[in-house]
Amino acid sequence: MDEPQNPATALPVEMPIPGADEIVLNMGPQHPSTHGVLRVKLKLDGERIEASECIIGYLHRGVEKIAEHRSYQQFAPYVDRMDYVAAVSNGLGYCEAVEKLLGAEAPPRAKVVRTILTELQRIASHLLWLGTHALDIGALTPVFYCLREREEVLKIFEKYCGARLTTHAFRIGGLQYETYDGFEHDVKRFCDDFEKKVEEYEQLLTGNRIWVGRTKGIGILTGEQAIALGVTGPPLRASGVKWDIRKAMPYAAYDQYQFDIPSGQNGDTYDRYLVRMEEMRQSRRICLQAIENIPTGPIMAKVGKVLKPPPGEVYHAIEAPKGEIGYYVVSDGTVQPYRVRVRPPSFINLQAFDTMARGHLVADVVAIIGTLDIVLGEVDR
Amino acid sequence: MKRFKAKFGEAVREAWLDRKQAILVVDAAKLRSICQFAREQEKFDMLTDLTAVDWPKREKRFEIVLNLYSFPKNERLRIKTHAADGEMVPSVITVWPAAGWLERECFDMFGIRFEGHAGLKRILLPDEWQGHPLRKDHDILQQDEAWVHENLGIESGQ
Repeated sequence: MDEPQNPATALPVEMPIPGADEIVLNMGPQHPSTHGVLRVKLKLDGERIEASECIIGYLHRGVEKIAEHRSYQQFAPYVDRMDYVAAVSNGLGYCEAVEKLLGAEAPPRAKVVRTILTELQRIASHLLWLGTHALDIGALTPVFYCLREREEVLKIFEKYCGARLTTHAFRIGGLQYETYDGFEHDVKRFCDDFEKKVEEYEQLLTGNRIWVGRTKGIGILTGEQAIALGVTGPPLRASGVKWDIRKAMPYAAYDQYQFDIPSGQNGDTYDRYLVRMEEMRQSRRICLQAIENIPTGPIMAKVGKVLKPPPGEVYHAIEAPKGEIGYYVVSDGTVQPYRVRVRPPSFINLQAFDTMARGHLVADVVAIIGTLDIVLGEVDR
Repeated sequence: MKRFKAKFGEAVREAWLDRKQAILVVDAAKLRSICQFAREQEKFDMLTDLTAVDWPKREKRFEIVLNLYSFPKNERLRIKTHAADGEMVPSVITVWPAAGWLERECFDMFGIRFEGHAGLKRILLPDEWQGHPLRKDHDILQQDEAWVHENLGIESGQ
């Protein structure tokens, strides 16, 4: 396996005193294109990036420390606040990790409902990414369309559990709520409309000369580099590695449905865009298959009110919209977890920023941050 | 697992399966060569996660946990090693570049030093911050009051 081109990616970039031709530019932490509070230090030669360093931690809230002082159930709402645009996916990962620790399993009905909601969440998360990414690059229109469809997904969430953003939709062992009357109808209507909507976005962007010019060949990450840097999710697939945890290690009810894993060849910003567009279509496909046949039966496994998992440890990962979100939970046999480690996809994907940005122009930084689809709440935790 | 035992003998102290997950406990001194072997011979080509767990009552309080994934085999493997407070742990950054930020986070949160990591500095907390919050003896309300006072101009962040 080839080493990544810039092993220095993992090393901090030393910022020497700027010479005559070099300047050091700070982008952020309050810059509209950094999607939160990310600060990027750029060493520039003219407009070209020679080196970069990400400075993070502005949103650090000590989520992993809080976990050690809450019971297993009490911690569940906190995970929603990490990747706050994909709260359902975070919750699924955590609930399944604790279930694995307990040796419990959610009933089939709960698994299918979980799958539907998680796929809707993937669509919502990708829509927000698409809108803001296009906005950053200069396309103003898509964001309105994207937020319009995202609203429909959020409405389904609101009707299901009362919350739109930090949903806390799942419980350890299954679901808290039964689906509401007309849930299948709402999902079906959304999916039916959505196919045309994706085409609408593609009409705006896929062949657009400005869009292609701003994204093709920008921020290239090869498959070897991506694996060496631990990059997962759409950035990994766009680099030609056809790997998705939903297929590789199925969880929830994914083994029951037909779907494809899209992948790219060039590993550039344009390929990552195409991969995410196709993922939205596949998510729609999964939702349509799932609502056809939601099993009846209980929605909650018998796990008891007080959770005391036997001592031990578990690592469970799911395919979140951003990549692999993993939970490493250690139990010492008490009601509180001894340690909860979150493997944040955004944090690890952001590490590849330096490899991707070198040699590009300052204007491309905006495209590269956007294409990584980071959420600072998860990077900093 | 057997191959790891055969190759490294005593350096692989324990090996067991917990809830279908393969776990190896290895000597810290041999960590890097075992990781090199895992990546090259056993094809664990991705370092998924690197973290630590603090067990203050043990002789070597820190347990460093590496979660590996192999694309060709579609398998996970967990390698663990132990370190006392202040003891150096070999960095695996030369094996998997992904360890760069993960080891920095470990240093930030636990104060574990990694030998061979050139840029080991805090990542989530400010550089001048005192204390390592994920240690068990660090209270959840505790914080670096002096830093907060000096940099934020307030008495306490609580």
